[in-house]
Amino acid sequence: MFDWFFNFINWLVAIYESWPLGVQITFMTLVKIVALMAPLMVCVAYLTFAERKIIGYMQSRLGPNRVGPRGWLQPIADAVKLMFKEIIIPTGSNKYLFLISPILSIAPALAVWAVIPFNDGMVLADINAGLLYVLAVTSLGVYGVIIAGWASNSKYALLGAMRIGAQIVAYEIAMGFALVGVLMAAGSLNLGEIVKGQSGSIFHWYWLPLLPLFLIYFISGVAETNRAPFDVAEGESEIVAGFHVEYSGMAFAVFFLAEYANMILIAALAAIMFLGGWLSPFQGLPEAVFAVPVLGAVLGGGIHWLLIKMSFFLFCFLWFRATFPRYRYDQIMRLGWKVFIPITIIWLLVLGLMILGNVPPWWSAA
Amino acid sequence: MGVEKVLFYIFAAMMVISATMVITVRNPIRAALFLVLTFFSSAVLWMLLEAEFLAIVLVLVYVGAVMVLFLFVVMMLDINMDRLKEGFIRYLPFGVLIALLMVGMIIYVVGPGNFGLDKIAEPARHAADYNNTKALGMVLYTDYVYPFEIAAVLLLVAIVAAIALTMRRREGTKYQKPEQQISVNRNERVRLVKMSAEQKK
Amino acid sequence: MNSIVRYFKGLMLLELIRGLRLTGRYLFSRKVTLQYPEDKTPISNRFRGLHALRRYPNGEERCIACKLCEAVCPALAITIESEMREDGTRRTTRYDIDLTKCIFCGYCEESCPVDSIVETHVFEYHGEERGDLYMTKEKLLAVGDKYEKQIAAARKQDSAYR
Repeated sequence: MFDWFFNFINWLVAIYESWPLGVQITFMTLVKIVALMAPLMVCVAYLTFAERKIIGYMQSRLGPNRVGPRGWLQPIADAVKLMFKEIIIPTGSNKYLFLISPILSIAPALAVWAVIPFNDGMVLADINAGLLYVLAVTSLGVYGVIIAGWASNSKYALLGAMRIGAQIVAYEIAMGFALVGVLMAAGSLNLGEIVKGQSGSIFHWYWLPLLPLFLIYFISGVAETNRAPFDVAEGESEIVAGFHVEYSGMAFAVFFLAEYANMILIAALAAIMFLGGWLSPFQGLPEAVFAVPVLGAVLGGGIHWLLIKMSFFLFCFLWFRATFPRYRYDQIMRLGWKVFIPITIIWLLVLGLMILGNVPPWWSAA
Repeated sequence: MGVEKVLFYIFAAMMVISATMVITVRNPIRAALFLVLTFFSSAVLWMLLEAEFLAIVLVLVYVGAVMVLFLFVVMMLDINMDRLKEGFIRYLPFGVLIALLMVGMIIYVVGPGNFGLDKIAEPARHAADYNNTKALGMVLYTDYVYPFEIAAVLLLVAIVAAIALTMRRREGTKYQKPEQQISVNRNERVRLVKMSAEQKK
Repeated sequence: MNSIVRYFKGLMLLELIRGLRLTGRYLFSRKVTLQYPEDKTPISNRFRGLHALRRYPNGEERCIACKLCEAVCPALAITIESEMREDGTRRTTRYDIDLTKCIFCGYCEESCPVDSIVETHVFEYHGEERGDLYMTKEKLLAVGDKYEKQIAAARKQDSAYR
C-alpha cells in the first residue's frame, strides 16, 4: 500500500548517494542546521507567548487569549504583523550599519547552538574548545546592539547602546569566571564531556559544589540577555526602548528573536553545565527500573530531561521579570564588578582546594 | 585547490582589505568596525592553522571585549577631522620614517629570507581529536611558567597604574553608595508608634 | 557584627526569594480579567456616558434654553442658540455638544433645572467621519428617545439622593 512511498524514499536516497562526498556532508550539515533552527524558532515564538501568559497570570490577568484557541496562534499573528510592517530608516542614520546590526545580533545567538549537545552525541559540531567557543561567540552579540544604537542617530538609542556595552562587558567577566569553575570541575572544555562528568545522580551534578557560580552564572545570563531586572538597555520607562527604539517591522523582529534565542541559549547552557544536561535525576536508581518499557525511557537520560531543565530556567527568566523592579544602573555595575567577580574568584579557590582534596562524590583520586 | 586554500584566500583578502580600510575610512566608528573584521578574519586564518584556542581567544578578548570598549569610547568622542589633519604635513617626515622602519623590521623578521618550506619544515597535521588547548596549557604552565606569570603581573601592574593615574577624587562631588542604600531595613526608616485614641472634648 | 550577619543574609538572596514566592503564589490566584465584549463591568446608575436630550411624556422637549449647561461647561463643549416659539415659549434652535471637547464631568446634567440634558450609560460609540462626534440637537434628541427607558430608570433609582 505504501510501496510508492518507499520507492520515493529510495529514489531520494539514490540521488543523495550519487553526489560527491563533500556535497553530501554539506547537505547533511544543512539538514541538521534546519532541524535545529526550525524548532528553535518555534520555541522562540512560543516563549514570547509563554512570557505574556505567565506574567499575565502572575499579575492576576489572563494574557492573550483571543487569537486561536486560548490564544495559541498569538505569536503567529504577531509574526505576520511584523512581517508586513514597514521598516523605517531614520534620517541621518547610517543606513548600512542600521540594517546590518539586527543580523549581527541574531547571527551569534544562533551560531552558538552548533556546540550545544542535546543528547549523547547529538550535537552539530563536537569541538574540543566548545566552552570557549560559546564564550567567544556570545560576546559578539553585543556588536549588533551597540551598532544599532549608534547607527540609529537617536539619543535614546545611543544611551541604550552605551548602557548595554558597559553592562555586557562587566557581566561577561563574571560569566567567564563562573564557566572557568565548570571547566575546572569537569577538566574539559567540551560540553558533552562536561555533561558526562556529572553523571551519577542528582547530587553529582555541578550545581551543588558550584552553587555560588551557578547562581552567578544564571544571574549574569539574565544580565547578558538584557532581561528584567537588568533591562536598562531597553528601559522603556526611561529611554523608550533603548537601542531598538528606531526599529520597526522585521528589523525589530530580528532583535526580538535574538533576545529570546539568547534566553533559550542561556537556559540550555545553565542546564548543561550545572544541572547535568540530558542526564536523568533518577540515575542512581537500580538498573531494573530502567528496564521497564515506557517508564524506563522516561526516567532514563535523554533530550527530554534537557528540555525540562531548560523550561525551568526559562520560567525563572519570566518569573524574575514579573517579580523584580529594574536595577539602577550604578547598582548593576556595582553588582557585576564588586560582588560577582570577587565571589567567583573566592569560589574558584575553594573549588581548587576541593578538587585537590578529592572531595567525593564529585572528584575522586583517579 | 582545496576548500582550505579557497577559505584562506578569501579570509586573507578580507583581512588585508579591512586592515586597509581601518586607516583609510574617515568615520572613526567604521574604522573600529573594520578593525573588528580584521581581527575576525585573522582568527579564521589561525583556525585554518589548527590554532583554534588562539583563534577563539582572539575573538573572545579582542573582538568581544577590547573592541567593544574601543567602540564605546569612539562613539562618545566628537572627532573634529579638520583639527586632526592640521599637523599632517608637519609630522609627515617623522611618520614616514617610522613607517619605513617598521616595514624594514617586518621584512627582516618575516621576509622571504626566513620563511619558506626549505627553511622550516611543514608542521605535521594533527588528528581531529588533538586538543590544542591542553597542549598550550601544558607548555605555558611548565616550560614557560615564569615568563607567563611575569607577563600576567605586568598586565596587572599596567591596569593598576592606569587606574591610579586617571582616578581623581574631586572635592565635593556627590555620589551614592549603593551598598549603604540597599542595606537599610524597615526598622531604620519606619517607626511604628502606638497611641491611644484621642478623646473628644 | 550586625552588618556581617546582614551581609551573609544578603548572599542567601532571602529577600529575592520572598519576592519570588509572592509572585509565584499569584500565578495560581484567581484571575480578574474581564472578557470585555462578552462580559462587562457593572455600571453605576450615575455613570456618565453619551449625552441625550429628554422629552416629557407628551412628546414636548424638556429643554427651555436657560443655557445654564453652556455656562457651566468647563470644556466649552456646548453651544446653544434660542428664540421664541409661536406659542410664546423659549426654545433652542441649536443645541450642540462637541464630544471631542467634552470631558464627561456631568456638570451639564447637574445644572439642568428640567432634567433635559442627561448622560446615558452608553459608552461604546464611535464616529466614522469628521463631524460624527459633533452631536446636534436632533441627534441628541434621538439618543434620548432611544434610551428614555434606561434614563428614566436610572433617574428614578437615584432620585432619593438628588
